[in-house]
Amino acid sequence: MVAVQIEYFAVLREHVGRAREDLTTTATTVGQLYAELDQRYAFPEVGRVKVAVNDEFRDWTAPLKDGDFVVFIPPVAGG
Amino acid sequence: MSHFGFSREPFTPERFRALVADPVAGGYASFEGWVRNHNEGRGVIRLEYEGYEALGIKEGSRVVAEAFERFPIARAHCVHRLGVLDIGDLAVWVGVTAAHRDAAFAACRYIIDEVKSRVPIWKKEHYAEGDSGWINCEVRPADAPAGSVPP
Repeated sequence: MVAVQIEYFAVLREHVGRAREDLTTTATTVGQLYAELDQRYAFPEVGRVKVAVNDEFRDWTAPLKDGDFVVFIPPVAGG
Repeated sequence: MSHFGFSREPFTPERFRALVADPVAGGYASFEGWVRNHNEGRGVIRLEYEGYEALGIKEGSRVVAEAFERFPIARAHCVHRLGVLDIGDLAVWVGVTAAHRDAAFAACRYIIDEVKSRVPIWKKEHYAEGDSGWINCEVRPADAPAGSVPP
């Protein structure tokens, strides 16, 4: 089990209903963590989602460590 | 100092123009992105920009660093607004200086294109009819590419 913090932005923040949450999980990769949260929240279909761990982009297979800060990144639209 | 930043308050290009001034520069190219009153046939009354600032500053700075590698430019800087914006407001500014104009134009174009596609910034449009939507996140089932859902 690892304790992680998750921050939600934009469409995901509105869907979940809060910006941050602390979670203890058995997930061992960020992809597994997303699947666990998707089961709980039924995230909306938004296209290709990316993920960042500790403020850097990571692959979905990246291992999850105790204390990690995880952000799921729906399609961006700057400019 | 980082070459990319966010601003929660309105700003004018003049405030940041001095950051790209350089004695070797013979040309200055800039781009201003403004909030327009329509998108895909719908009337837009205002926008909200939300940013993941810690990663956004890193990724935006990487974009500008790439522009320095690709083009012979003197200085470059980009600032993106966050928060609620009205029609006509300045949403993003890019400024580039170079000895010659070709490099300044090309680098300016590179920076705005890459910032739009890579920096974690989200745009919510508020429509004249009263509804709203997150741009690029409203997927119709037929649009969803295979494998778009993470494992």
